This record gives sequence, C-alpha cells and structure tokens, in this order.
Amino acid sequence: MIGALQDILTEAIDARLPPELLDRIDELRAGIGGDRPTDDFGFTPEQIKYAVAVVEKVYRHWFRVEPIGLEHIPQGRALLIANHSGQVPIDAMMIATALILEAEPPRAVRSMVERWVPSLPFVSTFFSRMGQVLGTPENCRTLLEEEHAVLVFPEGVRGINKTYDKAYQLQAFGHGFMRLALETNTPIVPVGVVGAEEQYPTPWNLTGLAKTLGLPAVPVPVNPLIPGVGMLPLPVKYRIYFGRPLTFIGDPDDDAAEIAARVGVVRDAVDGLLRRGLLERQGWFR
Amino acid sequence: MRVAVTGISGRFGALVARRLHRLHTVVGLDRRNFARAPVDVEVHRIDIRRKRSEAIFRNGGFDAVVHLNLMHDLRASSADHYTFNIQGTGRVVEYCHKHGIKKLVLMSSANVYGPRADNTQFLTEDAPLMGGERFSDIRSLIAVDMLGQSFFWKYPEIETVILRPVHIIGAVHNAPSNYLRLRRPWTLAGFDPMAQVIHEDDVARAIELSLQPGIRGVFNLPGCRPAPLSVLVEMAHGRPRPIPHPLAEVMLERAWKLRLARFPAPELDHLRYVCMVDGQRAEDVLGFAANHDLDATMTHLRRTRLLMH
Repeated sequence: MIGALQDILTEAIDARLPPELLDRIDELRAGIGGDRPTDDFGFTPEQIKYAVAVVEKVYRHWFRVEPIGLEHIPQGRALLIANHSGQVPIDAMMIATALILEAEPPRAVRSMVERWVPSLPFVSTFFSRMGQVLGTPENCRTLLEEEHAVLVFPEGVRGINKTYDKAYQLQAFGHGFMRLALETNTPIVPVGVVGAEEQYPTPWNLTGLAKTLGLPAVPVPVNPLIPGVGMLPLPVKYRIYFGRPLTFIGDPDDDAAEIAARVGVVRDAVDGLLRRGLLERQGWFR
Repeated sequence: MRVAVTGISGRFGALVARRLHRLHTVVGLDRRNFARAPVDVEVHRIDIRRKRSEAIFRNGGFDAVVHLNLMHDLRASSADHYTFNIQGTGRVVEYCHKHGIKKLVLMSSANVYGPRADNTQFLTEDAPLMGGERFSDIRSLIAVDMLGQSFFWKYPEIETVILRPVHIIGAVHNAPSNYLRLRRPWTLAGFDPMAQVIHEDDVARAIELSLQPGIRGVFNLPGCRPAPLSVLVEMAHGRPRPIPHPLAEVMLERAWKLRLARFPAPELDHLRYVCMVDGQRAEDVLGFAANHDLDATMTHLRRTRLLMH
C-alpha cells in the first residue's frame, strides 16, 4: 500500500521535473556506471534529482548564483579548493548545484562531511545519497583515484564561523589537501565564493558558550533583527569564481614548510578570485 | 597436498571440505559428527583442545591446516568463547610449529574492524581492530586474529594466512544470513549504511587460493560490489520494519535477555554504520575476485531460506 503510494507520488514528481534536469541526472548516472543505481559510497543520482529540483529554485531565484569559469574544471579527478563562509554551508550546496546544472558535462562534486554526521539518523542517509562522504584522507584518495571532483574547504570551521569583521579575509588553510593532491597527481581548481559572507552577517560569536556546549561556534547573526527575515539567509547575490587548475609536483611526505609554500600558492589564487569578485559586484544584492 | 580442516562438520566446514577434497587429501577434525562427509575425507571426532588431538597432527603428515573451528554462537558464555576459540587456536598454532606444518589458514572476519560512525568507507588490512569496542562478544575472535598475527613474526617459516571476509551469505547460521532470511527484519529509521556481502562459495575459493605456496599475510575479502542495506533487504524479499535506534536498542536488549531475539543489541550497529573493506591486497597477492555478483548471492540466500526453515 505505502509502496504503491510512493510510486504514484514519485511518478507525479518526475512528470513535473524539467526534462533538461532529468537529462543531466542521466549523465551523472552514466558517470557511476549506468547499471547500478548507487555507487560504492552511497551516492544515488536517482535521488539527487529531487533535492536538485528544490535547490534549483534557491539557486536561481534566492541567491541568483552566477558561476564564472566553470570551463576551468578539468575532466577526471580534480580538487576544488574554496573559501568557506556564511555560518551555514550553503556555499557548498551552491557550488555543487552549479556543477550539476551548469557545467558541461554535469559533474557530481563530492564533499567531505564531519565525523559525527554518520551517527545522525536521516541526515547521514541523505548526505550519503547526495554524494557526501565522511572526511577521511582514505575516502578522499579513493574518490580522486576514481576520477571524481572533490570539494574541500581547507579553512574548515575557522572560515565558516568567522565574524563579519573578518569577511573575505582567508583564515589559515589546512595542509591535508595538498599532500593528497601530490600523492594522487590531482589538479587543484581554486574557487572563490563572493556573496556568502553576507547571507548571515554575524557581528558576534559567543566563544565562551560554544566552549561550554562543546560546539565549534555559537554565532549571533543579525538576520532575526531584520523584520520579515527571521532565520532565513539574506537574498544576497552569489558569484562563484572557478580559477585555472594548478598542478603541483613533489613528495607528499615533504616537510610542513615545503607543503605550506605550495598551500600558499593555492591560498593566493583563491584570494585573487575573491578580490576580483569584490571589484566586479555592485553591492550585496547585485 | 594433505590438508587438515578443523571444524569440518559445520555447514561452512562441510562446504570447504567438498571443495578441497577434489584437489587435496582432506582430513577433518571436529567434536561434532560430519554426517555426509565425502567418502575420501577422513574425519576424527575430537575436541582440538584435548591433548589427544596432538597425535593426529603428529602422525598426519599435513602440509596445511585450515582452522575453521571457531565458536560464533552468541548465546554461549564469554568463558566458553574464550576457552574454545583462544585455547583451541592456541593448540592448532602450537601443533603447526611442533610438527613442521608449513601453512596455517585462519578464518577471521571483517567484523573485527567493527561498524563505527567514523569508519573510512573501505578499511584496509592495517586498520585497527575496533570490533570489541561496543560488542564484547566478538573479543575472542579479535584475540584469535591477533594470535594469528603474532605467528607472522614468531614463526616466519610457517606461511600463516588470515582471511577477513565480509558478511558471508549462504546456507550458514551466521548473523547476516539469519538477518537477511527474516521476512520482517528490523531496520533503524533514518539509517541505511552501505554494506558488503560475500557468497559462501567465494570464501571457500579464497581458502583454496590461500593454500598456494608462497601466500601469507592478512587478506580482506570484500565479495560483491557494495549496496545499501535497504537494497539487500529488498533483494532478500524482506519487508523492513524501521524502528528508531534508541527504541530498538532497549527492545532488543530486553528480548535478548528473555531469549526472544536471535541478535544482541550491539549488533544493531551493523544496521547503522559502515564496516566495509578494501580488497586490493586479496586481488593483487591472492588473485582473488568474487565469482558471484550481488544478484547471484542474494538469489542463493533466498534459496537457503526454504532450506533452513
């Protein structure tokens, strides 16, 4: 009974999805070996289409996302190294949506989730079906060896939870991505996201409370103070810049100083994209 | 080659015996009766923990021992598990060394790694054995695995092979086959981990490959391509009953104590976290790749449902 109802509902939703989106999902399915619905990590293109159909509205109408330089993403393996901002990882969702809706051919970008995610019911399954993978170096290595595009935010929580006075100032980058790029001979695509910093402008972060609660941060954004906004993100305009791929050669086990120098090159490239975006935009909303 | 197979009378032991006796001379040891043993298989009814069993190893002229004599019965006491599994394996190990047996194949399991929230998707052979962290009943099997590993450096002249297959599917009474044979299996609401299963014939073939000269070390056996647990249940023609984890844990704990359940509560972790292995080493060194795909394996399971009930 429930199964039959589910089938009717699925068919009704499928009929309303734009044919272009269905074609793109078909291409993603071909990418995981067309005979299997799910890849080894749980990514299921058939299910991603429902999420993309919803997120597309947010992508096109709320944030009016403009991806620039998608042609720089190489075929095959790639590490997308982006700045992280905006308190809530909407930036990751917008980058992933841009690659599905606007890249040629469409790509399913894989990103790494925190270690506590698999213990959350529903969330763990949803993330896994959407192609998100537990953030271990082994998982990242496997994905790159299978020629996937992997999205990494080397600033981590330092970037996403920063207060607005540090907007567009890149925080320290972790080095793990560079060692993996060297080990797997993967090109690095720098990505600069402009706009996300303003979705939840945050003057304060209650670090004391965060420590007590064992949380990475307790940000206090201004959104609830704006009438009619509440906890929604501000409808800022997103510009996502994809830079030219950078290739590095060297020993992945090099000293931290050697690795840091190469990480610095990537950080400068991301920073350059941010500066360009800030010059090109006309305010938060245009 | 003369091969001693311990635990030959179990369902899996019998399967291994039927496979190996075509190529080798097989001698079985088990305290249970081996009802339908192939005519050319000599079977000794003996408990390998008894000193008397040494004579069989001393006089058998064995080239290899396949040690399958491990207790998996979750209802048995912890003391029984320890004496049977660890003392039994200790004896076998000792006899191999004393009587110049050049090969020992030990059956471990991928469960020794344990299903955990922070498991990497594919665990390699050098991953820590964390299975006992929440599920104490598996500790004796971890100890057996470690005992085998200590053999690598203690007696390097003996080729020791430790096999760690994923969930074995077939006409066996292990937890994954029993679970997938259920008509209305419990699942945990909101969890659907990727899982690997392996056809019992593929495991028997891996044992055969392990007997080749020069093969030694630990090998994960991943079997078929991974699939979500929900797909495995569907392929087994089961109708899942999703239950929230905290509730399932309390209910199963009670039911287990009252002997109404076949699985203890910590086994629920297999229904929410991944515990999958990387099989590259088995492929490269052992030349092992599963012959049975997921369809064939699950069809086999459905057939065994009729057989086992």
